[in-house]
Amino acid sequence: MGDKKIRVLMAKPGLDGHDRGVKTVIHALHDAGIDVTYTGLHKTPEEIVKAAADDNVSLVGLSILSGAHIPICAQIVKLMKEAGMSDKPLMVGGVIPERDIPALREMGVEGIFPVDTPFEDIVRFVEEKGR
Amino acid sequence: MTEKKKLQIPPRKLESGIDIKVCYGPEDVADLDYERDLGDPGSYPFTRGIHSTMYRSRPFTMRQYAGFGSPAETNQRFKYLIEHGQNALNVAFDLPTQNGLDSDDPRAKGEVGRVGMAIDTLADMEAAFDGLDLSKISVSLTINPVASIMIAMYKVVAEKQEVPNDKIMGTAQNDILKEYVGRGTWIYDVEPSLRLITDTVEYCTRELPRYFPLSVCGYHIRESGADPVQEMAYAFLIAKEYARRAMERGLKPDEFLGRFSFNLDIHGNFFEQIAKFRAGRRLWAKICKEDLGATNPKSMMLRGIFGGGGGGLAIREPENNIVRMAYYSLASALSGTQTMALCCYDEAYTIPSEKAALVALRTMQILQEEVSVCDTVDPLAGSYYVESITNEMENRIVAEMKRIDELGGIVKCIADGYIQKTISRQAYEEEKSIRSGEKVKVGVNKYATEEKASLEMELHDFDFKVQDAQIASFGKVKAQRDAAAASGVLDKLRDKAANTDENLMPHILDCVRAYCSVGEMSGVFRDVFGEFKEPIDF
Repeated sequence: MGDKKIRVLMAKPGLDGHDRGVKTVIHALHDAGIDVTYTGLHKTPEEIVKAAADDNVSLVGLSILSGAHIPICAQIVKLMKEAGMSDKPLMVGGVIPERDIPALREMGVEGIFPVDTPFEDIVRFVEEKGR
Repeated sequence: MTEKKKLQIPPRKLESGIDIKVCYGPEDVADLDYERDLGDPGSYPFTRGIHSTMYRSRPFTMRQYAGFGSPAETNQRFKYLIEHGQNALNVAFDLPTQNGLDSDDPRAKGEVGRVGMAIDTLADMEAAFDGLDLSKISVSLTINPVASIMIAMYKVVAEKQEVPNDKIMGTAQNDILKEYVGRGTWIYDVEPSLRLITDTVEYCTRELPRYFPLSVCGYHIRESGADPVQEMAYAFLIAKEYARRAMERGLKPDEFLGRFSFNLDIHGNFFEQIAKFRAGRRLWAKICKEDLGATNPKSMMLRGIFGGGGGGLAIREPENNIVRMAYYSLASALSGTQTMALCCYDEAYTIPSEKAALVALRTMQILQEEVSVCDTVDPLAGSYYVESITNEMENRIVAEMKRIDELGGIVKCIADGYIQKTISRQAYEEEKSIRSGEKVKVGVNKYATEEKASLEMELHDFDFKVQDAQIASFGKVKAQRDAAAASGVLDKLRDKAANTDENLMPHILDCVRAYCSVGEMSGVFRDVFGEFKEPIDF
């Protein structure tokens, strides 16, 4: 572990209001000593990327349960690139079917955590990538 | 069993924290007074059920949640469900509609028609119910911050079918306070949202005598991490809040309480759920009589949809969800529900397929018509165990309600995020106990096979054609409507919302009749009322 404290932005893009999953992951990250900023519900990709830039976080996490993960992730990757944040790892969790994983990797989403992913996997990813 | 042997058995608790004895006997119900604590079915305090003959004369209705794509596709699904014996509809709306956005709003992109049907204007509501006689069916609208608009649209469709006001049947979910706790479709700030709810209660009470203006949802609170006691306590506090505000408008409790209903959750400990509903019915009757001043027994009945909850579903080995839902439906029937709904076996990861929706419907039909569960009322009454934990659940619900009142009341505890913080922590603890194997989930953390979860079954791909067609049809409606009339009624709505405390329903109805859109009306409210600022606190 580096000395720098890791900071993550956790975000709920889109209109879906189911936040049990994202809040559960935030609790797990807190318990692992990781700083988390949470955007709250109903954020646009623009608002999320701006929040990540303003907060100077080391990594961005999205929670998407509506099935719209492909278009939302594509948009956020694009906006992060435009904002000069391509070096910040992006992760997504939620209802992600296996067949969509290659497409997400292809567009540059580094961490993909479908429902039931062990918390340790998410924490390890954040600790490795967020340093 | 000897005392010594009993002591060696590890303790067990209900999820609500109540200790479960190895065996219950007469001493556990020694204080039970039949007239006071149970009463005959159909009589105060309604512990045994709200009707004297229950399912022998009024079998529970089955109301599956359905609706996706365009209004026309939804109309097809409704007809399919009715042909297969479903007798009441439960409408799902897409997320833009639920959040008060039109299909052509940039924020709606990729969501139009995805998780339910898209409604922009009255024209869509007309298409959704085309060919369905609204004087014969009861329709439940699963909609919250824009419920006032949807009730108005439904009423105008009925009006165009020449259905008189006193024949319009249905329910709107219309429970905004639970949206701030779980489910998350809120728009406006808390106080103006409560004003809109009170407007609908007042309007329905005065104009639509057979319409249920709101359904208080413990369901989503439980799904967000609450235990069964908290589920009931918060639902009752929320219902009391809506009732109190309706009474401030001059309505008498007996005029409207009979048309409050409850949407409650089933998963977890089987007997705990049954005790929860029996205790809940008794307590709600007491609250209506003693706290709210109802005098008509019909006003004191807890009418419910007790539904098999998504919280019990697993993604791994999804077929097991059929079995889980069958048990939940049994708990629901043994609890005396009025209406039943079940999540579908594929619902943990997708919008239910037609096949999964049919299996859920068949589950309820088999329960009702094949296995003789509905032959007698409240078959578990008198069980030492069930009666004992029914009493204990009631005591704990009362204590939790008191605790929240002492913290400043339910509105404050929701607005400042206290409830959300409490139950999200519990959700995390529960998740940890599933992952550690402490809480058993068969096929997930016990007896699990190496086989990976398969999420490849009948996923609904997002169809941009649906979105494009919806935007085109919305454009056509806007082009064809009388633009001056539409903007005139919208201006009036804005004025009434901003400058008066008048009931807004008549003005919303005028906007609906002029084919103003959901986004236009809720846009007015966003401007005037301001948006809710979510408390972020862990």
